[in-house]
Amino acid sequence: MTSYVDYTTGEPVADTKAPSGPINERWDKRRFEAKLVNPANRRKQTVIVVGTGLAGGAAGATLTEQGYRVVQFCYSDSPRRAHSIAAQGGINAAKNYRNDGDSIHRLFYDTVKGGDFRARESNVHRLAQISVEIIDQCVAQGVPFAREYGGLLDTRSFGGVQVSRTFYARGQTGQQLLLGAYQALSRQIAAGNIEMHPRTEMLDLIVVDGRARGIVARDLITGRIDTHFADAVVLASGGYGNVFYLSTNAMNSNATAIWRAHRRGAYFANPCFTQIHPTCIPRTGDHQSKLTLMSESLRNDGRIWVPRAKGDNRPPNEIPEDERDYYLERIYPSFGNLVPRDIASRAAKNVCDEGRGVGPGGQGVYLDFADAIRRMGRKAVEAKYGNLFDMYQRITDEDPYEVPMRIYPAVHYTMGGLWVDYDLQTTIPGLFAIGEANFSDHGANRLGASALMQGLADGYFVLPATINDYLARNPRKSAADDVTDEHPVVQEVLAETEDRLNLLLAVDGDRTPDSFHRELGELMWEFCGMARTDAGLRKALERIPEIRDEFWRRIKVPGTGEEFNQSLEKANRIVDYLELAELMCLDALHRSESCGGHFREESQTPDGEAARRDDEFGYAAAWEFTGTGEAPTLHKEDLVFEYVHPTQRSYA
Amino acid sequence: MKLTLRVWRQKNAGAEGAMSTYEVDDISPDMSFLEMLDVLNEQLILSGEDPVAFDHDCREGICGACSLVINGDAHGPERTTTCQLHMRSFKDGDTIDIEPWRASAFPVVKDLVVDRSSFDRIIQAGGYITAPTGSAPEAHATPVPKPDADFAFEHAECIGCGACVAACPNGAAMLFTSAKINHLNVLPQGAPERETRVLDMVAQMDEEGFGGCTLAGECATACPKGIPLMSITSMNKEWLRATRRASKR
Repeated sequence: MTSYVDYTTGEPVADTKAPSGPINERWDKRRFEAKLVNPANRRKQTVIVVGTGLAGGAAGATLTEQGYRVVQFCYSDSPRRAHSIAAQGGINAAKNYRNDGDSIHRLFYDTVKGGDFRARESNVHRLAQISVEIIDQCVAQGVPFAREYGGLLDTRSFGGVQVSRTFYARGQTGQQLLLGAYQALSRQIAAGNIEMHPRTEMLDLIVVDGRARGIVARDLITGRIDTHFADAVVLASGGYGNVFYLSTNAMNSNATAIWRAHRRGAYFANPCFTQIHPTCIPRTGDHQSKLTLMSESLRNDGRIWVPRAKGDNRPPNEIPEDERDYYLERIYPSFGNLVPRDIASRAAKNVCDEGRGVGPGGQGVYLDFADAIRRMGRKAVEAKYGNLFDMYQRITDEDPYEVPMRIYPAVHYTMGGLWVDYDLQTTIPGLFAIGEANFSDHGANRLGASALMQGLADGYFVLPATINDYLARNPRKSAADDVTDEHPVVQEVLAETEDRLNLLLAVDGDRTPDSFHRELGELMWEFCGMARTDAGLRKALERIPEIRDEFWRRIKVPGTGEEFNQSLEKANRIVDYLELAELMCLDALHRSESCGGHFREESQTPDGEAARRDDEFGYAAAWEFTGTGEAPTLHKEDLVFEYVHPTQRSYA
Repeated sequence: MKLTLRVWRQKNAGAEGAMSTYEVDDISPDMSFLEMLDVLNEQLILSGEDPVAFDHDCREGICGACSLVINGDAHGPERTTTCQLHMRSFKDGDTIDIEPWRASAFPVVKDLVVDRSSFDRIIQAGGYITAPTGSAPEAHATPVPKPDADFAFEHAECIGCGACVAACPNGAAMLFTSAKINHLNVLPQGAPERETRVLDMVAQMDEEGFGGCTLAGECATACPKGIPLMSITSMNKEWLRATRRASKR
């Protein structure tokens, strides 16, 4: 057996769906070239949608509005609880309502540059074009965006940009957008167009004759494992940040749907591109189960600093102005506190590594609103950030109106995901991935307020247009085309799923699922977190198979598979994390350049910024699965930049 | 801190339930309430017992999944969600009672987990604005007066946790239902469906077996998002208006 790190390089992978020609005409051109399905035939075709967040909720509602039949799944008790709900700050759109020089081209440019030139230009440009329609759509649904006294929409600024293009609903923008999608979904459920399966988790993908034809899912209440068949499958199951155990993701967010699809043949792209968000509440102890984000919008008015001197333990209010280091303002005078997330996170790590961090263990920096309160008055600060301040106070028992907040970076978002073409189709025909589950638009670093934009663009506008083409080319001709439980492939997938769960229950060892998850998470944070090295990654790659081995010898899952069993759910998700983590480390090891959220210590500029190596690494890395612990195959997608020419990012 | 927990255990929807007593030790005041339950569950798994099932997900007070009655109060002693309640609200040596939401429209699934699909069906009955994707006019075509937008937002903040129902002596869902109706009915975009929305949602609410409202006000006291009690009054006004107009047609 070859070692896992001895991966092979296969044929390049190419996006064959994006049309050529001027970039601003490509989306129109693709929509025109894509085949359509006659409205009368749409009701005969079924699409499975896994997930009900912004991407999945929007897709389910829109596909049924078009006349398709949708069967949809979520692990929560209600589609309204998907983790998109926790997004705080806002959603970008190139409306240029402020008349501050914004345009579709500028949003496109900012996103490609913010992503450190590792995203596909065609996709990003389409995203910027659609951003404008998303705001219209959400307003029509009754999303209560913040408004000015004249009744028009308000906007604010976000990191990495110099215009004010972020629309928001106080600190609960994700909640309001998600409820808009949930309500549109609810209307279709009531109309009988969507068969909704809450508390049901996808455990595997069914691929028949090279096409995605269904899923295996477990009813989390009864434990029953069932098959569901369709003409196409859409994964909108979110990102995989929970590999790190501690992240800002919801506790149950997981990678199982995308990882199982990867095992069945879908390439996984850029798995090492994870975003570490600079403004999270620092951890307080070993009991910590998750980390809480404080919206990036706080960096609009809050100033980040640490003491100038090492080991300065005075309370923040006793440290005089000239003994404070507002390090972002110092190093990046033109963007100041609004530099992109990867840069802000790394800068925080650097000052903490220098011994100037604050709070328990020195793992924190101050985010100070004293100036903002003096300038705008406490009332105005309250109106803008009140709920965030309340949340901070509830968690830390400190009053941010009186003492500066303490923040530290935490895993927040994964730019990597299933490889998709311009149509958002994976390498398995009939399998689509949308939202955070795919890799498409953010390159190596996502800008703030762009996740909501991408989720809704994919769900409301892109997928509903592109999936037509696939369904038109693969029509359901007769009942004979239908896959059933009797098909040998289906039998095999079902048996594998049942065996896996039974094995988890049978080991009856002496360690809990959480103990393994925490161990893996700590390893990943140390070696595949904010700064990565060749030696560290190799160490992690040695350790992961050992943990996996120990897992299958010592895991203890109480109860049975035929009941509501939260330990079994967790353990099964960890099985997949233990494989995905390995691929993330390998991807990070092979990409020996630094770019965006991926910082290799060996590749930095003299002043410590990420040094990209475009000649060697100007590609997206799409990995093909070859077996658990077996060296995977790398397929490169060359990235061509016709409109935004790669430069070393500068925010100084 | 050392604590005694009395927890409602119920194997499944059909089984009889009962309170069971457990001890937990080394609880830090900085832990969240759910992290304290994580400690209990790790303990239970290792001793070969079934861990306590409870709903939770975002653990930052926004998804609405967590749903515990703590010492008789929905979400416990602070005005927040269970996940944002911290152990500093308790004292060393305390005995804490932990129960699921109690309401006939929220049947128990297992232990502390209940079925809240009745809330989804109330939304399905009319808690939306019909605006199929692609049909929207330019966002600035219809300005919305700021006070109306703020009123809509204040009600749209509801997280659908069900604390209002759990706290209500009658098990009524008036606050939940009124929050969505007020959010949508005040907006110009929601006007065309204003009457059908309130009539259909209230009818569905009754159908689900929620109790009647006697304005006890417990709902608004328990609501972690501060949906005001006046929300119910506004809904009643909307309902009367709609009923009157329907009878004229």
